[in-house]
Amino acid sequence: MDLSREEEKLLNSDDPTLAKCMEILVALGEIFEADRLIPVTSAHVSGISYGNIGEEGLEWLKGFRAKVKVRTTLNPAGMDLDRWREMGISEEFFRKQMEVLEALKRIGAELTLTCTPYYINRPSFGEHVAWAESSAVVYANSVLGARTNRESGISALASAIIGKTPRYGLHVKENRAPTILVRVRGDLDPSYVGYVVGGEVEGIPIFEFERRLSDDEMKQLGASLASTGNVAMFHVKDQTPEWDDFEIPREKMEVDGRDIGDECDPDLVALGCPHLSEREIIFIADIVERLGRPKREMWLFTSRHVWFRLKGLIERLERRGIRVFRDTCMVVSPATERFDCVLVNSGKALTYLPKLRGVRAMFAPTRECVRRAFE
Amino acid sequence: MRVRCRVISRGIAEGEAIVSRKKFSFLGDVDVDTGRIVAEDSDLRGESISGKVFVFPSGRGSTVGTYVLLRMKKRGTAPKAIINVETEPIIAVGAIIAGIPLVDRLEVDPLENIKTGDFVRINAIEGWVEWRR
Repeated sequence: MDLSREEEKLLNSDDPTLAKCMEILVALGEIFEADRLIPVTSAHVSGISYGNIGEEGLEWLKGFRAKVKVRTTLNPAGMDLDRWREMGISEEFFRKQMEVLEALKRIGAELTLTCTPYYINRPSFGEHVAWAESSAVVYANSVLGARTNRESGISALASAIIGKTPRYGLHVKENRAPTILVRVRGDLDPSYVGYVVGGEVEGIPIFEFERRLSDDEMKQLGASLASTGNVAMFHVKDQTPEWDDFEIPREKMEVDGRDIGDECDPDLVALGCPHLSEREIIFIADIVERLGRPKREMWLFTSRHVWFRLKGLIERLERRGIRVFRDTCMVVSPATERFDCVLVNSGKALTYLPKLRGVRAMFAPTRECVRRAFE
Repeated sequence: MRVRCRVISRGIAEGEAIVSRKKFSFLGDVDVDTGRIVAEDSDLRGESISGKVFVFPSGRGSTVGTYVLLRMKKRGTAPKAIINVETEPIIAVGAIIAGIPLVDRLEVDPLENIKTGDFVRINAIEGWVEWRR
């Protein structure tokens, strides 16, 4: 990879933070045979739950002596910053998590604590960014037409500090072409479709649905795809911004309905993986309006940003006994571990709840999930 | 014998080689407190990589493994350096943040040419590796 004189200087800098961050970007550039570094306009950093990075990760972050060069947003933490006690989070975990966030705030990151940074900072078409969090990566590439590889938390942080990323993979237009055509038969839930297809395809699928998908459905489709597969981008025929820029691939597959996930008696209904949008919360609130108080525990997860925009509505949901948490989610927070069976509307949650939280997970479309909570 | 290589994580180190033919994950394949390999299917099961030059084909598995090398380094159980046939991002970033020299793409296959017990010197700044029996 070619480095400019200025980049070379950073690599050999006496400032250990700058030198390390540069070393990470150069190493990744070498591994993926990038030709050079290119500027990014934002970074989104994942892996900031204390449960994930541990004591060593925390110490490493505390040693950072630099400021971010570009707008930097952060993924969810392991708890709601204000309601952690109610979630059953220990004092010790709370303190350590706050130290992680303090360290990140000190370098200039925004404590957005959401996996849906695109509701706060929406990159435009063709913009290069360095985002971690697989569901945000797939949304940025597919729905917005922005360009990012599937970064790790650390490589995204390195890009935040340096303001650049190695140019390879999805930063290059010709690597964004679809590789397989997926025909969806019948009106299947897009989250279900993503879950199934992610396990079966490599590369970039282009979907043919029988109807138009909403923005929220495309979010769910992508999140599920990226959870069961190594997918970082998809196209939807007649919908996503780049679907028409390439030839339709010859390789084809079809998806139809079958059972996924566990079959159990849910003691928690959890919605908000990825974090709920304003529209999704309004949709849920509309159904709830006619149903009274839930008979099962019902938790919603969203960002602090969306929470405060819908404060009045959310407080009404809370008065019915529905809890609406922010800053965290069912997958990253240890709070979910005390349940046996969690009902979700998300293929991503279905993939990770058993693996990371050790609970059984059952799948149903959103409307069905809400209905079950009141049964 | 001295050969050229690609530099991934910069630094200089020397020590005794320990060679595995299996793909490796620092998350789960090694006991962080002792540096001993615990993976059931490893050809080095029960042996320690601590303080040695660890030679293996490439990484495998979860990105959550990135901080494990740093943890080993802090506890004094990390390898001195790593040689891969062809490395991948998890091992690469893990080695960089832990400050452990890592090289790959040697001019000759390291698995065929370097034997466990050989004395290896790595210069992961100039980009070469040498070893003797």
